[in-house]
Amino acid sequence: MRTVMTGNYASAYGAKAARAEVIAAYPITPQTSIVEKLAEFVSSGELNAKFIPVESEHSAMAACISASVTGARTYTATSSHGLTLMHEVLMWASGARSPIVMTNVSRAMAPPWSVWADHMDSVAQRDTGWMQFFCESNQEVLDTVLMAYKVAESRDVMLPAMIIEDAFILSHTSEPVDVPEQSQVDTFLPRYDPEMRLEIGRPMGFGSLVKPDLYMEFRYKAMKAMESSRERILKVEEEFRKTFGRSYGGLLDEYRCEDAEVVVVVAGSAAGTAREAVDAMNERGVPVGLARLRTFRPFPEDELRNLAKKVRGIAVIDRSYTFGAAGAFYTELCGSLFPLRERPVVKNYIAGLGGRDITPKIIEKIIEDIIDVSERGEDVEPEWVEVKGLDRSWQ
Amino acid sequence: MSKTTIPEEEYAYPGSTGCPGCGANLVMRYLLKGLGERTVISIPACCWAVMPGYWPSHCLKVPLVYCAFEATGASISGIRAALDMRGERDVTVVGFAGDGGTVDIGLQALSGAAERQTDAVYVMYDNEAYMNTGIQRSGATPWGAWTTTTPVDESRGFKQEPKKNVMAIMEAHGIPYAATVSVGHPEDFVKKVRKARDVRGLRFIHALSPCPPGWRMNPMKTIEVARLAVDTRIFPLYEIDEGVLAITRRGKGKPVSEYLSLQGRFGHLTPENTAEIQKVIDARFEALEARAARKNLSPSFTQLA
Ligand SMILES: Cc1ncc(C[n+]2csc(CCOP(=O)(O)OP(=O)(O)O)c2C)c(N)n1
Ligand code: SF4
Ligand SMILES: [Mg+2]
Repeated sequence: MRTVMTGNYASAYGAKAARAEVIAAYPITPQTSIVEKLAEFVSSGELNAKFIPVESEHSAMAACISASVTGARTYTATSSHGLTLMHEVLMWASGARSPIVMTNVSRAMAPPWSVWADHMDSVAQRDTGWMQFFCESNQEVLDTVLMAYKVAESRDVMLPAMIIEDAFILSHTSEPVDVPEQSQVDTFLPRYDPEMRLEIGRPMGFGSLVKPDLYMEFRYKAMKAMESSRERILKVEEEFRKTFGRSYGGLLDEYRCEDAEVVVVVAGSAAGTAREAVDAMNERGVPVGLARLRTFRPFPEDELRNLAKKVRGIAVIDRSYTFGAAGAFYTELCGSLFPLRERPVVKNYIAGLGGRDITPKIIEKIIEDIIDVSERGEDVEPEWVEVKGLDRSWQ
Repeated sequence: MSKTTIPEEEYAYPGSTGCPGCGANLVMRYLLKGLGERTVISIPACCWAVMPGYWPSHCLKVPLVYCAFEATGASISGIRAALDMRGERDVTVVGFAGDGGTVDIGLQALSGAAERQTDAVYVMYDNEAYMNTGIQRSGATPWGAWTTTTPVDESRGFKQEPKKNVMAIMEAHGIPYAATVSVGHPEDFVKKVRKARDVRGLRFIHALSPCPPGWRMNPMKTIEVARLAVDTRIFPLYEIDEGVLAITRRGKGKPVSEYLSLQGRFGHLTPENTAEIQKVIDARFEALEARAARKNLSPSFTQLA
């Protein structure tokens, strides 16, 4: 069924197509229409699931974890303050090896209050052991929900997955979306069937105390699982492509990078804008490419390293900032490139915080700037793009 | 000698790592005797998160999922939903948490679970402090008690605030069944657990759970202290069944000093302090009896009919 829908509805339709069995969620702007839609699906009987109207996001995640341990496919959605309130239990979810899928409508953190697009909330959860998928379009949101379940529930992974849609830019903007046939989804994504679950007659403790002699081994296995997810994400995407005819470029979605001398690295909806800017610049003979971080966890280290070997400048746009360091995409990318003998110039651009538009013009300026600094080959500080009252040249 | 009504089946194996004389061990043991094998439990951070043993040991005959400290109410909601999806409606879901995990940090999740009428039994084993972290005060610590965060010194001593009335809090949610139990009265305990098992909705069990190290008492006296709590009426045994309160053991009405004097945590109290406590206990029990005699419906027990 091809229809027009928001990113939030794409999430809800994704969870419905995946036949999520337990949904626990708490409302927060701009996530609300996801849970409203799912509550509607459940109450109308279109989706056979339990909807738990919990009293907080912490409880939403805690309920999902226990439901998942009991063997149910679970889904939740949140944003910003809800996500950060979950922080403790996000770690619990990955430690419990619960393949929960959650949409985070990525939004700025207060104060000052802001309900608009920003990646701080999502980036702050990078150490929680969740896979993180940043989406560029509403279609990708829906498709990634389905793929994420398949990856998360793979026996070699068994880790939770976060689908990230930018607040309002995706969550509340309508685009044409193809809702796949249920029968095809059912073949692609069979019922969740865990190796172990909370079960009468099998007295086990899920999450018991371990001594120092074994704790590391549990962590090691989680590390291995996250590493396995790299291959698994690619395999599942290939399978998805064969079934549904769409794919999104694996961990690092490269666009016009073959002959590029510089590339822009970005995640989320700004990638759509960046594509246009990259096209326009190439028209004018500027050899520039786009590398979209589709996953932040696992981090596409190898992909970025291979890309870095081919270019002389990389502009990393971060829609968040890690105080006392720099943008997280930037620092992580720099870390990945460290083993290379020769590295391109990498510059960090902080842009679009709190929902400020990242326009084609901004991206073109960034591209011009990275060409310039990479020619000079100098070390560069992170630049806060178009911050009022500081750098007039951006206005 | 009359025959006991307590089932002989054991669902708690030896091997719990609880302290000698731990009341919480008995709470679990009697609870499972009452509920039987078709039970799953969720346990947050508390002494009982440690007591089942180090992985892969597990001293219970029922499956158990651990959850975050404040999350028990949410965890049981998740388990219930998942079991219902599998059609396992007959399985009893239990949330088993300490007093701190219930009346303080976990109160919100519990309140949510109660308001959503989650079909589960929530057991609060009440050792009246944060014991697992080393005897800090909780909202359930009684007035007058020493803890490490209510130290006793010359200027000011012991806990100055009364114990939160968790039964009243739970009653205010209009839940179908709430009861107090004591490990000193196992027959009453198991009977109430059985009753709780057979109703639907959120059922609440408040279990007094003597803690020898935390209460500064002789581990041989756990049962004696638990019984004295009932006999001195500092912890009356009653139930609120469909909004109607009934006292199930009146106790002998012994002076509270007999209960307090066995516990070092009250060792600093003056006779005047003890008299104050006695006054409160008497007034409270009188009110409880008066209400029980009226047999009227709790105002918070609202039925949408
Ligand atoms: C969020 C969080 N805060 C604090 C703790 C530390 N903590 C673990 S158990 C505990 C005390 C538990 O007290 P209670 O619920 O009364 O159970 P008890 O230990 O007395 O059996 C505390 C404070 C924790 N695990 N999680
Ligand atoms: S500290 Fe108290 S409650 Fe905890 S195990 Fe020891 S006796 Fe039991
Ligand atoms: Mg306690």
